[in-house]
Amino acid sequence: MIEFRDVHKFYDKLHVIRGIDLSITKGEVVVICGPSGSGKSTLIRLVNQLEILSRGDILVDGQSVASLRSRSLRQLRTQIGFVFQQFNLYPHLTAEQNITLALRKVLSITPKDATLRAVELLERVGLADKRQAYPAQLSGGQQQRVAIARTLAMRPKILLFDEPTSALDPEMIGEVLTVMRDLATSGITMLVVTHEMGFARELADLVVFIDQGVILENAKPSDFFLSPQHPRTRQFLRQLLSPLHTAND
Amino acid sequence: MGLDFTVVVRNLDYLLWGRLAEGELGGLLLTVIMAVSAGALSLLLGITLAVIAWRYAAIPRKLLFLWAELIRGVPLIFVIFWLYFLVPALFGGGIPNALSVILALAWFSSAAIMHSVLAGLQALPCSQYEAGIASGFTEFQVLRWILLPQALKNLIPSFVGLFASLIKDTSLAFIVNVPELTMVASQVNSRTQLFPTEIFLSIAALYFILCSVLSLIARSISNR
Repeated sequence: MIEFRDVHKFYDKLHVIRGIDLSITKGEVVVICGPSGSGKSTLIRLVNQLEILSRGDILVDGQSVASLRSRSLRQLRTQIGFVFQQFNLYPHLTAEQNITLALRKVLSITPKDATLRAVELLERVGLADKRQAYPAQLSGGQQQRVAIARTLAMRPKILLFDEPTSALDPEMIGEVLTVMRDLATSGITMLVVTHEMGFARELADLVVFIDQGVILENAKPSDFFLSPQHPRTRQFLRQLLSPLHTAND
Repeated sequence: MGLDFTVVVRNLDYLLWGRLAEGELGGLLLTVIMAVSAGALSLLLGITLAVIAWRYAAIPRKLLFLWAELIRGVPLIFVIFWLYFLVPALFGGGIPNALSVILALAWFSSAAIMHSVLAGLQALPCSQYEAGIASGFTEFQVLRWILLPQALKNLIPSFVGLFASLIKDTSLAFIVNVPELTMVASQVNSRTQLFPTEIFLSIAALYFILCSVLSLIARSISNR
């Protein structure tokens, strides 16, 4: 479904992604983790070309994204849902309009059908009563759920999540993770950058650990958490799971 | 010193719409028509230029900035004069003077509007742009449906300032003999001689009311 082939990304001289190879099959849920600045966000932003590849290629459904331009690139982007850390809802539109805008303008769905789809998805993320609410009237967790609904409305084949719970207050993380769990078990292909190790342990088919633009560990969650191979992974997990006791490591 | 406003009352129809009965538009009505059409034109032109400057950051933006710099560097009254001579030269005679003033005002204001709108677009977080692009919008769709609605709403206070200036600047049309509000007021004053204070106080009040109406409209749009 997604295949990274020797992927590199430079920002001027800065080499942030340094030769990544990774294969994700249809329906797999892959969690990408790693310290901040490791390149994990950049990696998923490369899939829908929010960042332009510097070298190598990414195949989505056998199609090389590096060669796509304008129309075919937009076509691909409609099939890849992207959920942002900061939600990025359109503040001038209601929850419902946030969902229907791309349906109407990009997929040319009639306003009536677009609204039906929006209502159905808001219901699915538990926000049926917030149709007419503007983003500023919603909590962070609610905004992220609307953002997920907006993404799902396009009926994508692949979902990319860029730290979807990192900007949320702790008590709101659960409601977003619940929605994500439903998605993970629905059979859609998901690539999730997150520090939620509970999500990784429970729902991931594969956990990938990245540091300084290189994959250090690529394993099933059971292996990843119980017997990480790389010392850097072990250190990362220790810091993540008990930050108080590893400050001097 | 007592003020006697009967002169204003007696000439009220002339001040409000000039010789409309004889088919010559004038007074307050002409001022409003000039301000509204120049405002609409400048908004259209300014937004279009801002979009071009936003999308093409290299040479087009520099050229537009240079153009804006040129316009801002000369007094408006010069621009009015130029167009007064230029428009008939380009399109032949028969162009009403009021129209050449409208074009001058629109042209002059569009430079300021371009800068405002571009700044407004650049002030939006780039995550808004990314959200649109990630959903498969074209760049122009992102502008049309996501960025411009937000930017324009944020810019309403700035537009009110610009358009208030524009309303008052229509009075410069007197130099090319357009019978707008200030011009007809001067005519009434010349004819009657004795009541300049009453006449020009009333005119000032009319300009003030126009600008206040503008603010009210802007506020109601803002609150929507």
